[in-house]
Amino acid sequence: MSSDAMAIRGAAAVYRPWVETLHEWLTTVDHKRLGILYILYALLFLFIGGIEAMIMRIQLLRAHNDFISPQVFNRMFTMHGTTMIFFVAMPILFGFANYLVPLMIGAPDMAFPRLNAFSFWLTAFGGFLLYFSFVGGSGLYGAGNAPDVGWWAYAPLTSRAFSPGHSSDYWTISLLVSGFGSVATAINLFATIVCMRCPGMKLSRMPLFAWLTMVMSGMVLLAITPLSAAQIMLLIDRYLGGHFFDTQAGGSATIWMHFFWIFGHPEVYILIIPCFAFISEIVPVFSRKPIFGYPVMVGATICIGFVSVSVWAHHMFTIGMNSYANSFFVLTTMAVGVPTGIKIFNWIGTMWGGKLQFRTPMLFSIGFLFQFLIAGLTGFMLGTAPLDWQLGGSYFVVAHFHYVIVGGILFALFGAFYYWFPKITGRMLSEGLGKLHFWLFLIGFHLTFDFMHIPGFLGMPRRIYTYEPGRGWEIWNLISTVGAFVQAIAILVFVFNLVISYFWGKEAGNDPWDGWTLEWSTSSPPPSYNFLKIPSVASRRPLWDLKHPEDPDCNYE
Amino acid sequence: MMSWERNAALDVVLSSVVPVCLFLGGVMLTAQLCLAAPSKQEPVPSILDPRSTPADAIHHLSLLVFGITILVFLVVFTLLIYVIVRFRDRDADSRCEPAQVYGSTQIELAWTVIPILIVVVLFLATARVIHAIQDVPKPAEALEVIAIGHQFWWEFQYPGYGFVTANELHIPVSYPTSSRPTFLKLLSADTDHSFWVPQLAGKTDLIPNRENEMWMDPHHTGIFLGQCAQFCGTQHAKMLLHVSVDSPEEFEVWIREQMQSANQSSEEAKGKRVFETTACVNCHTVAGTGAAGRFGPDLTHLMSRRTIAAGAANNTAESLKLWIQNPDAIKPGSLMPAMKLSDRDLDDLVRYLGTLR
Repeated sequence: MSSDAMAIRGAAAVYRPWVETLHEWLTTVDHKRLGILYILYALLFLFIGGIEAMIMRIQLLRAHNDFISPQVFNRMFTMHGTTMIFFVAMPILFGFANYLVPLMIGAPDMAFPRLNAFSFWLTAFGGFLLYFSFVGGSGLYGAGNAPDVGWWAYAPLTSRAFSPGHSSDYWTISLLVSGFGSVATAINLFATIVCMRCPGMKLSRMPLFAWLTMVMSGMVLLAITPLSAAQIMLLIDRYLGGHFFDTQAGGSATIWMHFFWIFGHPEVYILIIPCFAFISEIVPVFSRKPIFGYPVMVGATICIGFVSVSVWAHHMFTIGMNSYANSFFVLTTMAVGVPTGIKIFNWIGTMWGGKLQFRTPMLFSIGFLFQFLIAGLTGFMLGTAPLDWQLGGSYFVVAHFHYVIVGGILFALFGAFYYWFPKITGRMLSEGLGKLHFWLFLIGFHLTFDFMHIPGFLGMPRRIYTYEPGRGWEIWNLISTVGAFVQAIAILVFVFNLVISYFWGKEAGNDPWDGWTLEWSTSSPPPSYNFLKIPSVASRRPLWDLKHPEDPDCNYE
Repeated sequence: MMSWERNAALDVVLSSVVPVCLFLGGVMLTAQLCLAAPSKQEPVPSILDPRSTPADAIHHLSLLVFGITILVFLVVFTLLIYVIVRFRDRDADSRCEPAQVYGSTQIELAWTVIPILIVVVLFLATARVIHAIQDVPKPAEALEVIAIGHQFWWEFQYPGYGFVTANELHIPVSYPTSSRPTFLKLLSADTDHSFWVPQLAGKTDLIPNRENEMWMDPHHTGIFLGQCAQFCGTQHAKMLLHVSVDSPEEFEVWIREQMQSANQSSEEAKGKRVFETTACVNCHTVAGTGAAGRFGPDLTHLMSRRTIAAGAANNTAESLKLWIQNPDAIKPGSLMPAMKLSDRDLDDLVRYLGTLR
């Protein structure tokens, strides 16, 4: 072979045409690439959902503001809620699970790689279909015709009498489609964890991340299916003359509520359990100690999984259930606090006696612990039915669930970004920008959501595009809006950090945090086959055993 | 390296102390604002300023729940701060790892059992309040009102007296010595709504095809504000509620006025003709005339109300004119059509409405 030909071949290997790269990403069945696709897709929607939130906060800046019309405001909160739950939180958590589970259990890929790709593209299609409603809902005119019935789409607002055109159909069908994707991913994760563990990795030696992902997958199967069923019933109502939820023809509005919240409450735990998983990996490594009470942590998670499917009607305390039903759901709701409390105590137990290193992932994890504690306690207040009669449906609830989703889930996710970014890209995220991001976001978060509890006490209901002056609500709304801008700046710092660290960040090496789980034993980023040789393990912390052959974990488990 | 670590520890401590202080400070400030709020004519609709038995019971329970949750918070918060300060890595250069502790059954048991005990106590207290509010039998002297939610206004029927009004609910004060609670039967004509006047009672939804009930027995006269608390469509935000708690004498006077038919004098015959020959009558009722529409609010005694459009505007001639000509200017998305009357007809019509006292 001539040297010219070799040079050309070499160049081809380095400078591949972008179409080829694109083709590779679009047709990939590699769990790591699909994981990255999930994460990037979710970040795109985080940006869109964030803009919707900012539009609402500007509108609520002062009483009787006229920045947007009520029609637009109703679309904004419907799209914001739907987007953040279904097209940000779920895909980003599936993305991390996809990327990390095979690496953590020493598997070359997921159990069903092609199903995995199919699930991602279903989810992706669902999101784009939902947003197509802005131009396609009822033709391209005015502000478009996105869904405007709220993210829980209570009947009979979704019936054809109250929701003409196709906006509600976009909501229904896009969630139905992405729901199929979620169910398939859940089956895939479950099967992977059950069948693909490397030699020596008994269930009792799995990283907590894998355990918690398994519980989450089981809950997805239980929760998404009733939602899909209800959505099919709604479509039958709208197009085939059914009357399940059509109250004008004798249907029932409350049946929809039950269906929705049988999905809706486990959904909260579907989102928070993977975040527990992040925290359960990050806190031990930066405390330099194993997780405190591993079996109890597993048991508590399974317990949360079971109890959380029996609490749904605490979202419905105001619909006039009788006192026995109300009392039952108060009891189950309070009961779910016990295993959750155990988890918080165990994380503190993990930190106790350790050598805490406050790197950015740990900072976000500690932020998570404080905020999740407060979110849990305000949740406890709302679980007390009589308090819910006052606070439910008010801004107190809005503040509470943003405390869970932003203060809990998003903080844990940022921790996960800083922790696993080196593994995914081979480069460290900048610590300095990370600190700046953490601080700005923390201040913005507390400005917005701490003060948002207060108008709830003062009688401000949620989902109103404007409010009356003189009720003591103005100042708190103003502070919340200012805080939202601080959060937006923090997110821009984060995106900037992602971009510059990806190109110019410090080289990470295989194991930048001195970690203990299997993903740190392979290169960063890992090769497409993950491990040169499938590892075999003898304890919950295989890399600890390697690093400390004189005192391995397996002696104590 | 070491100074970096120490600063980081300080960061973490500050990061948790500052927001929590903000949070607690905010809560205390609000509590103070609410308690200090003088009972003006239109008080802040705060749940911390209850004026009726159900709202009172909830307020008492909330104090217990706040107390316990703040206690739990302080314990866990202190523990976390202690751990962060005490166990931060002071010697970052040393590669030696801390003692590896895997768990402890006794400690796990302790932090399982204590929360269970707290849950039992709180559950019992809660169940008692649920029972006390929900299972109260309706006394014979109670006033019964049927509240019907519409997009985006309230219809109030007084079956004991045989009249209908809208948006501004009048109920009698209920002193412990001469108690007269009000029982509301809640219905909906279209979508879900929720009746929420925080100072009088917790909210209960109005759901189509379903009959709900709630009650209140305000101990103070005055005006209490609230609004629809369940998203019901475009103008959910301006479906405001206005409850006037009257002394027994005032209430009797009001009832007598409402039971009468509309003013039949011929002082504004031109306006009356406009009303009766345009689409107004399709949706509105004026008792004693041919107007018997049921889709919009009953206008028989329109002038006895302080506001129009479910509280969206004050009841003045100017806002009535604007409302009739262009409802979207006051309440975009409301179901009242723009009537497109000539200026003269509009003036006549508003003058006629002014006679409906």
